[in-house]
Amino acid sequence: MEAFLHQVLSGVASGIIYASLALALVMIYQSTSHVNFAQGEMAMFSTYVAWALIGAGWSYWAAFPVTLLFSFALGFLIERIVLRPLSHAPVISIVLIFIGLFVIFNSVAGWLFGYEMQTFPSPFPDRWGSQYASAHELGLAVVTVAILAAVFAFFRFTSLGLAMRGAAQNPDSSRLVGVPVDRLIALGWGLAGVIGAVGGMMAAPIVFLDPNMMAGILLYGFAAALLGGISNPAGAVPGGIIVGILENLAGAYIVGTELKLTLALVMIVAILLLKPAGLFGRALTTRV
Amino acid sequence: MTMTSETEALGLRKGVFAGQHTWQVISVLIVVAIAAVLPFVLSNYRTLQATLVLIYAITLLGLNILTGYNGQISLGHGAFYGVGAYIAVILINHAGLPYWSTIPIVALICLVGGFLFGLPALRLEGLYLALATFALAVALPQILKHPALTKWTGGFQGITINPVPVPGKLPLNPDQWLYLFCLAVTLIMFAIAWNLLRGRTGRAIVAIREHTTAAVGMGINAAFYKSMTFGVSAMFAGVGGALGALTAQFVSPDSFGFFLSITLLVGIVVGGIATISGALFGAVFIQFVPNIADQISKAAPWALYGVILIGFMYLMPQGIVGLLRTIPDHYRNVFAVLRHR
Repeated sequence: MEAFLHQVLSGVASGIIYASLALALVMIYQSTSHVNFAQGEMAMFSTYVAWALIGAGWSYWAAFPVTLLFSFALGFLIERIVLRPLSHAPVISIVLIFIGLFVIFNSVAGWLFGYEMQTFPSPFPDRWGSQYASAHELGLAVVTVAILAAVFAFFRFTSLGLAMRGAAQNPDSSRLVGVPVDRLIALGWGLAGVIGAVGGMMAAPIVFLDPNMMAGILLYGFAAALLGGISNPAGAVPGGIIVGILENLAGAYIVGTELKLTLALVMIVAILLLKPAGLFGRALTTRV
Repeated sequence: MTMTSETEALGLRKGVFAGQHTWQVISVLIVVAIAAVLPFVLSNYRTLQATLVLIYAITLLGLNILTGYNGQISLGHGAFYGVGAYIAVILINHAGLPYWSTIPIVALICLVGGFLFGLPALRLEGLYLALATFALAVALPQILKHPALTKWTGGFQGITINPVPVPGKLPLNPDQWLYLFCLAVTLIMFAIAWNLLRGRTGRAIVAIREHTTAAVGMGINAAFYKSMTFGVSAMFAGVGGALGALTAQFVSPDSFGFFLSITLLVGIVVGGIATISGALFGAVFIQFVPNIADQISKAAPWALYGVILIGFMYLMPQGIVGLLRTIPDHYRNVFAVLRHR
């Protein structure tokens, strides 16, 4: 029973990671009107930067802000250099660009840092842990929920957040009322980079650091978004937690760890077949 | 009946394009003639490489029908290629079937499998479909390695098969025979694709890409056509995979991972999205360029692919075929004027 409870709780912990990725995707969509396929890989790359700084003798809390600054600059520059010139290209081109970025970050990380799995330190002292959840799992939950609340409040209650949503949803009208659309979209990319970096640093102590660490998180995050209902950002949180628990229980009692990614595929297909609108979403209609 | 009246109604089109059509037929015949002579002038190693180009061309054509013509992105075609390869090998080793008979069986299985996967996946568009197919690509190696399937798949080690035998007393070496066999299959597959895309079905496929809602309004069953396109596309990839297995005489789980799917995507972008001949150019590219990049670093082909994907979107969004088309347009206009005088 105790082992079972432990599995459920660590499922909740990974579920929160998935939820944060799912929510980040939806939130970033609000500020940039793109769903960045390379988001996870950029987060992985930022985590490697933090790892390299810590490896060079920096303390965690010195490496942390520097990594966030780096991630902001990275997101900002990618928008400026790579995406800006193609802002009017068809969707398929944009998706291909994201796949290109995905591949570049993955290979450059492997090139610079190697393909071996690395451990990544947790910033939370062990004494915070209990018999059911480790200190890191608790800290992770607190940090993720805090970030999500901050992002939500930013978009909901600040004028900058409102301007960002406007810039993404209707760039032309926003420009007419004096919103600096181009700058805000670049800012959105920078912020997305920062959120991704925090998520990466929170996930790395659990999943270990390697260039392919994000594949599983991305897929489960996607399954979480589908289960919660892709049209409903708030659904991503329960969706993520359910997916995390299912993954952990199935991994512990049914299929083992070698089919981790296959399980994500099965979940995605099952959700699409049985409940395509998700648990909390509504069926999509298209206006002609 | 309908065809004739349609052509008559479009009489203008017939007149204008008659000359162009003849030129197309002639150039296709020339390419086929050159392709048929190749194994007799190239070394065995080069013949093998040419065989791989044909195999890639079939696979790229399948992906291009889906992505180029129907507008659905797949990051999972490496998986269908892998499934085709494994089924062919298992049929040969366990069921004792002759190598040539595996091709139609693989085609049928992948057609049905792709159709069934396309059915739920077609609810997704653009990036979400990319994610769902990405799941397929990363899951396949895990499934193939799973202990429960080791009896058939050989687990981590994979399986080897005997080389394809040369039939009868033909004066050919095995490499030449395999090349000619693949060439025949390639011609059949290209004919299928051309037939599929030129008529009513092709127009429906493109209409869905251009404006799904409007296409549905015109009475096109979008769900059926999208799943069917997915199935056909998977069939091409599966046939490519089966031929690939016959050529390599070996299959192993990790050769059919995400990288293969990315390679295929790069191939259609380089060759030219929504073109039939682009598959050949793309196939030549992905056969030869990564080998060169591989000599620099293990990670280099990946990084190069990423840069190529982005670079082509900037500079040549229509790929090599798009570039070639802009050159003769000028001369074609001159000829057209001369002919009509």
